Amino acid sequence: MQRYNVWQVIRAGLKGPGIWDKVWDQPEPKPYYDVIVVGGGGHGLATAYYLAKVHKIRNVAVIEKGWLGGGNAGRNTTIVRSNYMMPGNTEFYEHSLKLWETLSHELNYNVMFSQRAHVNLVFTPGQRDAMARRYNIMRLNGIDGEYWDRDELMKRIPHLAYDGRYPILGAYVQPRAGTARHDAVNWGFARAASALGVDILQGTEVTGFVKKAGAVVGVEVRRGGESREIMAEKVGLAVAGHTSVLAHKAGLGRLPIETHKLQAFVSEALKPILDTVVVFGGPGHFYISQSDKGSMVFGGDLDGYCSYAQKGNLPIYEDVMANCLAIMPCLGRVRVLRQWAGVMDMSMDGSPIITKTDIPGLYLNAGWCYGGFKATPGSGHVFAHTIAKDEPHEANRRLTLDRYARGYQIDESGHGPWAKVH
Amino acid sequence: MSGLRLNTGGAIDRAAQLSFTWDGKKLAGHRGDSLASALLANGERVIARGFKYHRPRGIVAAGPEEPSALVTLGKGPRRVPNAKAPEVELFDGLAASGQNAWPSVRMDVGAVNSLMSRFFAAGFYYKTFFGLTKDTAHWMQFEKVIRRAAGLGAAAREPDPDAYEVVHEHCDLLVVGSGPSGLAAAELAAAEGLDVMLVEQDFALGGGLIGAAEQVEGAWAKDWVAARLAGLKSVRVMPRTTAFGLYDGNVVGLYERVTDHLSSPDPALPRGRLRVVRPGAVILATGAIERMAAFGNNDRPGVMLAGAVERYARRFAVAPGRRTVIATGGDDGYRAALALAEAGLEAVVVDSRAAASDAVAAAADKAGIERIMGHLPLELHGKPGGYQLEIAAGGSAAGRRLPCEAVGVAGGWSPAIHLVCHRGVKPVWNEEMACFLSGEPPAGVTLTGAAAGVFGTAEAVAHARASAADAVERLTGRRPQAPEAPAPGGLGPQQPLWESKAEGRKLKSFVDLQHDVTSADIKQAAAEGYVSVEHMKRYTTHGMATDQGKTGGVLGLAILAEALGQTIPETGITTFRPPFTPVPIGAIAGRARGEHWRAVRRTPMHQVQAEAGAVFTDAGLWKRCWYMPAHDGEELGKAYVREATAVRETVGMVDVTTLGKIQVQGPDAAELLNRVYVNGFAKLPVMKCRYGVMLRDDGIVYDDGVTWRLAEDDFLMTATTAQAAGVLQWLELLLQTRWPELRVHVASTTDQWAGIAVAGPRARKALAPIVADDMGDEALPFMGILRTEVAVEGGRVPVLIARISFSGEMAYEVYTPSDFGPALWRAVEARVKAEEGCVYGVEALGALRIEKGHVTHAELDGRVTLADAGLGRMASSKKPFIGKVLAGRPELTREDRPQLAHFEPVDPAQRFRIGAIVCDPEHVEGHGLGWITGVTVAPAFGGGWLGIGMIAGGPERYADREVIIADPVRGYRVRARVFPAHRLDTKGERMHG
Amino acid sequence: MLRIPCPVCGPRDHTEFVYEGDATVAYPALDAPEQEWFEAVFLRENPRGPHSEIWHHTQGCRALLIVERDTLTHEISGARLAHPGMAAALEEDA
Repeated sequence: MQRYNVWQVIRAGLKGPGIWDKVWDQPEPKPYYDVIVVGGGGHGLATAYYLAKVHKIRNVAVIEKGWLGGGNAGRNTTIVRSNYMMPGNTEFYEHSLKLWETLSHELNYNVMFSQRAHVNLVFTPGQRDAMARRYNIMRLNGIDGEYWDRDELMKRIPHLAYDGRYPILGAYVQPRAGTARHDAVNWGFARAASALGVDILQGTEVTGFVKKAGAVVGVEVRRGGESREIMAEKVGLAVAGHTSVLAHKAGLGRLPIETHKLQAFVSEALKPILDTVVVFGGPGHFYISQSDKGSMVFGGDLDGYCSYAQKGNLPIYEDVMANCLAIMPCLGRVRVLRQWAGVMDMSMDGSPIITKTDIPGLYLNAGWCYGGFKATPGSGHVFAHTIAKDEPHEANRRLTLDRYARGYQIDESGHGPWAKVH
Repeated sequence: MSGLRLNTGGAIDRAAQLSFTWDGKKLAGHRGDSLASALLANGERVIARGFKYHRPRGIVAAGPEEPSALVTLGKGPRRVPNAKAPEVELFDGLAASGQNAWPSVRMDVGAVNSLMSRFFAAGFYYKTFFGLTKDTAHWMQFEKVIRRAAGLGAAAREPDPDAYEVVHEHCDLLVVGSGPSGLAAAELAAAEGLDVMLVEQDFALGGGLIGAAEQVEGAWAKDWVAARLAGLKSVRVMPRTTAFGLYDGNVVGLYERVTDHLSSPDPALPRGRLRVVRPGAVILATGAIERMAAFGNNDRPGVMLAGAVERYARRFAVAPGRRTVIATGGDDGYRAALALAEAGLEAVVVDSRAAASDAVAAAADKAGIERIMGHLPLELHGKPGGYQLEIAAGGSAAGRRLPCEAVGVAGGWSPAIHLVCHRGVKPVWNEEMACFLSGEPPAGVTLTGAAAGVFGTAEAVAHARASAADAVERLTGRRPQAPEAPAPGGLGPQQPLWESKAEGRKLKSFVDLQHDVTSADIKQAAAEGYVSVEHMKRYTTHGMATDQGKTGGVLGLAILAEALGQTIPETGITTFRPPFTPVPIGAIAGRARGEHWRAVRRTPMHQVQAEAGAVFTDAGLWKRCWYMPAHDGEELGKAYVREATAVRETVGMVDVTTLGKIQVQGPDAAELLNRVYVNGFAKLPVMKCRYGVMLRDDGIVYDDGVTWRLAEDDFLMTATTAQAAGVLQWLELLLQTRWPELRVHVASTTDQWAGIAVAGPRARKALAPIVADDMGDEALPFMGILRTEVAVEGGRVPVLIARISFSGEMAYEVYTPSDFGPALWRAVEARVKAEEGCVYGVEALGALRIEKGHVTHAELDGRVTLADAGLGRMASSKKPFIGKVLAGRPELTREDRPQLAHFEPVDPAQRFRIGAIVCDPEHVEGHGLGWITGVTVAPAFGGGWLGIGMIAGGPERYADREVIIADPVRGYRVRARVFPAHRLDTKGERMHG
Repeated sequence: MLRIPCPVCGPRDHTEFVYEGDATVAYPALDAPEQEWFEAVFLRENPRGPHSEIWHHTQGCRALLIVERDTLTHEISGARLAHPGMAAALEEDA
């Protein structure tokens, strides 16, 4: 792989952009792969990369029905954090965050992981007390977390509304958390995977599975208007909101997953006005950060009904803007530029599933709810391990599919077995 | 001509002079001007600076599609960054300034970036700034510099002082756009009796006909517009209103600018209104947007869209320059040249085609306009005011230079199909017209006029009338007479201008002026392999600025298509998403601001407590008394201990109105309760109450509360404050979907009752004197109910009293209809005080329940089983109930699950806090053994610190060993002992009295 | 905005309703085997397309409706009262 660095950028400036290699190949499918990963989002691409890099399995294809990174990987609010309390989540998300910290170097692609701190506001004494447990658990697991009282917070972010409908009492903070450039993550993994020999097959839709003696041994695809079969020893699904559609085709049947729509919003670009990620729960649900380009990027709750439509709607728009002004009333005259939506694989406990399935040859990576972006490297890393070794990595051993039947729901919010509440 | 203002013409009011400032300089314009037209009239050319290279930029368009002239309006808390100058209506006192430049847009130090532009190619930042270490440390430093350089205008730091409103609207037909097609459609539909709304983003109605010199249906444009407006008497006509989004159900979001154009608006008016319209049908008469072409230095001030040149000349009586070159690839561009010629200005047409249509050629010749056929604009040379446009026959490396002050570019048209695409409709490429048209729109939505690709005023009007007739038929079933809809067309032979190239020449040709994206950037993206149109867009940031690529979007993908050797439809187009033009956050939030972000719920006794000095805390939407200071300045820590002590020693009273109350009535009411509660309710005697716990389907504890049986078929269920609404919904769901056979009705009565809990050894002594009936153990035993009256000042109020205890003391809950709450409160308070008691708040309530070992939502956090909460004995083995089956799953029945316990510090002087983690002293790490959910000073346990919480395996396992309570966030560790949570008055002697 | 045709109240914004999910789930008897309860509570068909689902008109008549809606297009093709007795009574009234 051609190295990217400042000298090359200068060389390109002097000699012209012709010095750059193609970022990834556009191969034709081979008849057989050792592993097929269905879904060319961040998780699928990361899985392929780690299969090739860590496990030296290089005869791998990533099959994407549209353009790579075109699903939730390219339409999220880019927050990366590991402030989780429940066993299963704590170790997994921290595993992922550690990978983030060196990802730009690992991929030789600047994913702009900005460890600008994730600031979780609290409005009531009860909320402050309840959240202490989470940040203490993080600390006892070697994860950074701290509390900024009201004075500290006022110093750091002076233009919040400290005495609105609910007074801001302080915030729990994860300093190592932050944001990353979502497209760059997808492209970085795609480029690095492609360089290791992974075939990224865009514009290729999986329409079915080839099975033999009960095992999955390949996939049926449609590509350029033609149908064909591609065989594989192992097939991994990483298709987020479309998990149920493919699970039915593969014979996995019903899953503890519903597909819901989540909206996001971006404002016009502004000079720097917010240097951290600010979020809150409780009287509302809201998260905001400012992109390096200057846009405010923000979102809130799910629309609350099952949907595969990647388009926005007014009620959540109104709710999110009200939440925004509740803490940042200075943004009242700032304008929203774009509103969009992604479809989320909401699991029944709000936590992911990364596992082998009961069908030999078939592996499942799903249930990301609306937190999949931060998991990208971790998810790929442990999914690759699970596929390669046929057993879970230490960081995903609790993220099984059978946990619901056993009564081991990893319910971070405690909201219960309904997809829409997580 | 003064400046560039023409002496005659235009739809401006020359008698009304308006004064405004530009970067502090005082300038004048007229009513009817936009900020852009006024700036042009004053000879201001450099209005902005590019995002990356800080090259000087001028005005390009005459509408909200403006890609270049972004300014900041106003100052202080009312500052608006990134306003598009053509979109801003001029008013007296308007203050505008340049942005993203220092010291000013005219002389910007940042322009040195331009010298480095070769290194700032598309996506360069993905390839560098890694830093020398493997972590993000260096990147974080680079990022600071990048962030400072990026961004456009600066937002205010102060809260927006203005208000916004949300208005909910209904109508039969919503017409978007007031150009000829919009007016014609609205007129016909209104004449047929439909309730019509007509919205226009501009401050004036008429669209392209404003100031136009053409005739429509035999009348001059101005008169034709006036005649149509006369036919709109019944129509809600709304200028300054943008339809920004078309959503599911054809609901349309409108943003109406109410005061932005006023010098001193009535402070009672909102700045803007969000109007949410639910129309029966929608007609989109949104027109078309002209495209820019890519040629060298096409970003220089003075390079405009040809349609904008025409509009500035005709509508605003402003010339872009004394000599203007119009570059076109169709007949359409000649309109601008003709407008200039009519105003006595010099215009040259450079037409990429071999020939124009006869009529247009004749008109140009007659007007004395020089026509240069078969040429394209190649590169602009010189400085503002003295340019030479180099033009060349297709493919030539060099060509002749035409001196000029301005260039009008007629690059082709893009019908404004944005709104229909919000519904998920895919655009379809029309090769003949070289534009994307809408795919099949959803039912109830029609595009008309130029938005439907029907160009030419007469054809657009006919199409609009046909569309309106369709809408009338759809809504009323009767079809009015209307012309047949003409097919798309009317542009004549087109040769769209995309990119002009010359062998061996490197041209700086911009396709996105706000984000400084050049044609070279797009080709580089393609060469690097970012070949999907979405990858190209994201890699180069093309079309992602505040104009969302309205004038440059299609141009960029045409360049990409060419670079890839494929057609435009093969290349595809990125998705249009709401809003059509940016909408202020304040407008969407509406009235849900400040204090009004969330409703405030106050109990009927709130005011009485507030007057007595109560300090309140938020509990969801409720305000609850946190503590009641005995004197000014008594702090929480002192107050709650005093209050809790009073309850243990004398008597206290607390407002419990916020508890959810649900009336459960009907012959099968007891059966319903039996199914939803883990314990039995069928045999609960009338006028007795019982504590119950309900589980979720998955076997986890959902809610708890006391239910009162008032009659055989009438129960009053109480739910926790937090779950009140949820429990009611849950019961309704069960009754209407799962158990329709049960004859039960449920209704919320939370707001109908005011409630006071009176607790303490002297509780009965305090109440008895004012209660009409006997309260003795016989008449009102533990868990008994009494329907009686209480004497209050001026009379008696009806009450229901239940003998229920949350604190472990003798206690009563007294409920009265809400309106009597304050009177009841005063009467009870007088008696409580007479018994040396006091009012207590939720902090003391918490202290008392911690001592008693009662659970609340702090423990019942949605992950806890009955057994975990120490309530395992309550589950009936004789009957099934919701959650029973799944509560038996193996992980939920493990013995080592965390269970309810009390914690005391080994050293009584040491304290720990809620949220601290209980650990084995040998292993202070990981997820620990448990956690603390409540902490209090415990008068009942000698006044030391007492905690409640959960610990693995339950407290009995820790009878002879200590634990560590670790709180790394707050920085301490405390050694503690573990006790069963139920150890205060285990025989219940205090409660039973 | 989804516009839900409530049989009692007429067409209303979906924000007046609470979504209660898949209407085709058959909840078993309270004492049914664990596997049946597990499937009813946790497993979902989750179709991309036509979907029968329950909406609770909490800001209106408080009836629970069964709404036929397409999860891909959001088109709503019908709504009826979930409670058979209430539905029959409404039918009689009409």
